[in-house]
Amino acid sequence: MTGATTPTVSDAASGRSSIQARLGDVIFRRLALGAGVTILVALAAVAIFLVAQSLPALIADPADLRGEPESFWHYVAPLAFGTVWAAAIALVIAIPIAIGIALFISHYAPRRLAQPLGYIIDLLAAVPSVVYGLWGITVLAPAAVPFYQWLTENMGWFPLFAPPASGTGRTVLTVAVVLAVMVLPIITALCREVFVQTPVLHEEAAYALGATRWEMIRITVFPYARSGIVSASMLGLGRALGETMAVAMVLSPSAIISLAILTPENPSTIAANIALNFPESAGLQVNALIATGLILFIITLVVNSIARAVVHRHERSLESR
Amino acid sequence: MTSTTGRTRMQANSYTSGRLPRWFAPALFAASMVAGLSVIALLTAAGVLPEFPIVLAVLVGVVLFDVLITVIASAAEGRRAATDRLVTSLVITAFVIALLPLISLLYTVVVNGAARFDLTFFTHSMRSVIGEGGGALHAIVGTLQITALATIISVPVGLFAAIYLVEYGRGPLKRAITFFVDVMTGIPSIVAGLFAYALFALFFGEGVRMGFAGSVALAVLMIPVVVRSSEEMLKLVPDELREASYALGVPKWRTVAKVVLPTAGAGIVTGITLAIARVIGETAPLLIIAGFTSSMNYNPFSERMQSLPVFVYTQYANPGSQVEFYLDRAWAGALTLILIVMALNLIARLITRYFTPRTRR
Repeated sequence: MTGATTPTVSDAASGRSSIQARLGDVIFRRLALGAGVTILVALAAVAIFLVAQSLPALIADPADLRGEPESFWHYVAPLAFGTVWAAAIALVIAIPIAIGIALFISHYAPRRLAQPLGYIIDLLAAVPSVVYGLWGITVLAPAAVPFYQWLTENMGWFPLFAPPASGTGRTVLTVAVVLAVMVLPIITALCREVFVQTPVLHEEAAYALGATRWEMIRITVFPYARSGIVSASMLGLGRALGETMAVAMVLSPSAIISLAILTPENPSTIAANIALNFPESAGLQVNALIATGLILFIITLVVNSIARAVVHRHERSLESR
Repeated sequence: MTSTTGRTRMQANSYTSGRLPRWFAPALFAASMVAGLSVIALLTAAGVLPEFPIVLAVLVGVVLFDVLITVIASAAEGRRAATDRLVTSLVITAFVIALLPLISLLYTVVVNGAARFDLTFFTHSMRSVIGEGGGALHAIVGTLQITALATIISVPVGLFAAIYLVEYGRGPLKRAITFFVDVMTGIPSIVAGLFAYALFALFFGEGVRMGFAGSVALAVLMIPVVVRSSEEMLKLVPDELREASYALGVPKWRTVAKVVLPTAGAGIVTGITLAIARVIGETAPLLIIAGFTSSMNYNPFSERMQSLPVFVYTQYANPGSQVEFYLDRAWAGALTLILIVMALNLIARLITRYFTPRTRR
């Protein structure tokens, strides 16, 4: 800077530009802060509006609700059960497969192939849910019918496979398979990320002790990635709980609570129930649907919070090592 | 390795004895697949199975491979090696199982969608169409408008929130915003639709349906994605660049606008493209708040507005007397939707590839 030789000019210039700069900084800072606060306000608005619109349904005469249940909670219970039940079965199917694929990509496939294979699995995430619904109802459900009949005939003693078998294949199990396919890419991607982060020194130490590849994975990768697998599964669960269209299109719903997953009578899910009934609802029925939506919001919130708490604890335990 | 081979092989190389040759596993995999296919083909030919179920054939082949490799390896290589072989084959099985639905889905959508993937489909709406013909022009226009408005809402909010978190934020407010962005990521899409309905019902009365309200619902889903990806990208910008800029006397806002944002630009645009790809296929919130219609509506601020995902759903759910025409249109809509989403994903990857500054990694 040549400021020393011409103090007055440079002072004036820097004074003007610093006012400009300060103004610019203030405006920019306010904009950024405003955007951050907007997010908080939006989320608060979501909660407030949902609660406000739910209240009429909670205090109203239950006879005005769809299906005339004894109380609002009798109306929600089968739906909440169906939501959790279908999502849980989906996870039981998806988690082992997702871990397998993640291992395949991170530790088994040749390095040149690993990235393209990852893209292929990501393609599953790119398919919109309505297309999954269409595929589930036209391809998967009819194809599964003979299998379901076989299961109910031969394994009907097992409560999950209790007869009668559905003739259309529009059962909780079909829904769970579709949901499993939909959450597979999320769980796979997150698991892959933690598997890759396993310290290479641990892996090489295991090999140096004479471990086979599986023994190496069991004693180094899995202990390191355990919390990552848990949180990935919980995030997948959160996604499965909120999934709407695939369930709405595939499932043939009825207001019951039942563990049998192959019968024509299935508990519906909260999200699917809203999607199916909202367009034809009015008045108090709309409030009731919004109230079920609030309950779904709370369920997913709890699940996601647990996932985050697990990750957080893991990060802290890594730091303290 | 174990001593199952015994004395007879004493002279063999000690590193390869008791090991199956390298080509063995791939060869066995191919053989099992052929065996699985032929068994199912025979059963089909014999009339036990109604039609040739390719999925079942692949499954039989893969499971056959799992069993055979374990049995053979435990006989030839010992227990530990056999367990290792078993896990390897199970991992491959998992991958094959995941590929089955993907291939089946893409195949079905392309084959069924091709029937009506024609000019009429992209030049006509469904107005007064009962059976054959008709198209999804109104739905495509609706989807483009609704998604564009959602992008216009969420990009400034999301980007500036990310700038706040990385460049300005500290203390409890930063933690609160980070936490609630995480919460927002987990909002089920249908709840976002209900929120938009509750909000707009306040101003426009009960039963409101509006394209713009759909944009608001999509923005609720899109903002956290934009914040997350932009934040990651801004964090990647090296502090040396900021410090160099400050050292030259450049004010902070110009540093962010002229140095940080251009450096992170490619990554941010990629993130936004992926966020658009995520919300453009959303059905549930639009079904609730934008409604469905068979007519063209160019005005997102009044009346019902059709969108492509909802078009697919309504064609399937409310077929007229000639179901096949409606299903054909649903599949053509599904094909269009998948092509749009894949194009967006491809664009995102190309942007990362060609516009990322070379300094990174």
